[in-house]
Amino acid sequence: MTKSAAAVSVRQPRRRSTYTLAPLVLIAANVVLFALFFAWPAVIGLVYSFTNYTGVGAYQFIGLDNYHNLFGDSAFYDALTRTLLYTVLFVPLNFALSLLAANLLVSKHAKGASVARVIFFIPWLLSPIVVGVLWRWLFGENFGLVNYVIEKLGGSAVPWQSNADLSLLVVVFAASWAWTGFSMLLFIAAIKNVPVSYYEAASLDGAGPWRQFISITLPSIAPTSFIVILLNTINAMKEYPVFVSLNNGGPGTSNNLLVQYIYQTGFQRGQIGYASAASFVLMLILMAVAIIQLIVNRRVENR
Amino acid sequence: MTTTDTPRPVDAGPGRAVSKKRSRGASSGGLRRAVPATTLLWIMACLYGLPVLWFILSSLKPAGDLFSYPLTLIPHHPTLSGYSQAWRSANFSQYFINTTIVCVVTTILTVGVSCCTGYALAKYDNRWLKAFFICILATTMLPGEVMLAPEFLVVRNLGLYNSFAGIILPAVLTATGCFMFRQFFITVPDELVEAARIDGARELSIFLRIMVPLSRPIMLTLAILSFQWRWNDYIWPLLMLNDPNKFTVQIGIQSIVGAQNINWSVLLGASVISMIPLIAIFLVFQRYVMGADINAGLKD
Repeated sequence: MTKSAAAVSVRQPRRRSTYTLAPLVLIAANVVLFALFFAWPAVIGLVYSFTNYTGVGAYQFIGLDNYHNLFGDSAFYDALTRTLLYTVLFVPLNFALSLLAANLLVSKHAKGASVARVIFFIPWLLSPIVVGVLWRWLFGENFGLVNYVIEKLGGSAVPWQSNADLSLLVVVFAASWAWTGFSMLLFIAAIKNVPVSYYEAASLDGAGPWRQFISITLPSIAPTSFIVILLNTINAMKEYPVFVSLNNGGPGTSNNLLVQYIYQTGFQRGQIGYASAASFVLMLILMAVAIIQLIVNRRVENR
Repeated sequence: MTTTDTPRPVDAGPGRAVSKKRSRGASSGGLRRAVPATTLLWIMACLYGLPVLWFILSSLKPAGDLFSYPLTLIPHHPTLSGYSQAWRSANFSQYFINTTIVCVVTTILTVGVSCCTGYALAKYDNRWLKAFFICILATTMLPGEVMLAPEFLVVRNLGLYNSFAGIILPAVLTATGCFMFRQFFITVPDELVEAARIDGARELSIFLRIMVPLSRPIMLTLAILSFQWRWNDYIWPLLMLNDPNKFTVQIGIQSIVGAQNINWSVLLGASVISMIPLIAIFLVFQRYVMGADINAGLKD
């Protein structure tokens, strides 16, 4: 794209000065929205994170106290580690499931792909709240279908709700299930764009389907894999509604994630300054994730 | 730019997919490979479909049968009482209307604004646009949930607390929308713009008369995505609204879940009702979602 833009500007040197008004008119609405609902909150959030603001009245600057308290706050640590654990479980599971689904759907051997594609996609249409309700219904300890089947098969009821780790696992399943549709669409688009001739050449050379997948498909869709991982990491770090409706961050407070922690400190206890500090820690983590993934992606692509 | 960016006529999507599949597999295979692939696909499809099926079938059971053992997949006495009870209770119909208003208005605004921005980013070049491009990129890394508290204060200070505008306006700018339009307009040949300029068309009328009609498929795709985002949004409406008459469907459902004793019959009914609009829209406009090269707009 940069290349074509450069070529055009060589051809028409006055182009740039002629058309500044029209594009600015076109982006004006979004610039205003960006300034109001993104730049302004980001700036005052940073300012408030150094204050003891409670949402109303006056406030004082208290320096780094909020951040200092945050790192001594065990509830914050629990929320942070729980969020990271959730992300580490959710992202690979979703990645594997959606890649598998996409490959099966694109494969010429599988029959009924167009119906199956709709089935895979429908969970994505459900709201996170409904996804939570649905899995709560499925994994209810005394009434759920899953425990009923386990008991019918001779096992004993699994404490899906009262055990903190199992409870987290149910949310991981639920979220992976719900998000497969979208990641799968991205993968399907990418796989379809791999030139067919690569596969033809490979099968002439005697490469089997698994070998073709490892040596052709995976490297060719690397940029898409990168986007899927990045988007899913961001989504996982800010997960909240699925937890709220599935187990309300429970049992107890064991599965309170960062956004829930921010919500509770900021809006239920009114510690806006403190919650802003927690928000900024989350923001730094997300930025670090994005930068690390960008670097890794560059390195992989240049290899 | 990769090959992804070639404009793919949406109508031709499924047909092309089939022909590509055929040509790829012409050399070998046959039944021996078709059986495991098909089996695996359908086992997976069952795993994905069963939870929804179980949920919907359960919602058709009368409240008394929900927990009666042995559990049966097919309801013995199918009834819509759960639905009618949910619809009548606790303003649910009002929530439904509220959510529809919010979704429709936000979607129209998002599509319009994203189309303008995407076109400007694709067809013009100056340093303000470059800077704004990076700004939009930044919004994808920092979702609204990260700045919950300060964003709430800003919207409150603008006097939008407890109003639909407070939910709608912050949601209009979406990076995905802008990037989807940008990628589409990059694939539209520059010659088209040049020709119109030579014919004396003014910049904004080139955009309105030529480019906007061209981008109709992208508009539909983004409209469906945006509708889904807003219909399913939970945390922001929860913060913004405190008048029960303005609540959205998701808040309504969560208030049933949050009750001391969950009334599962009503909860199942309400959840299934809330799923219907999106699934209906999706089934009608399926090809605009499935056929589109959605790549979240981030791939360059």
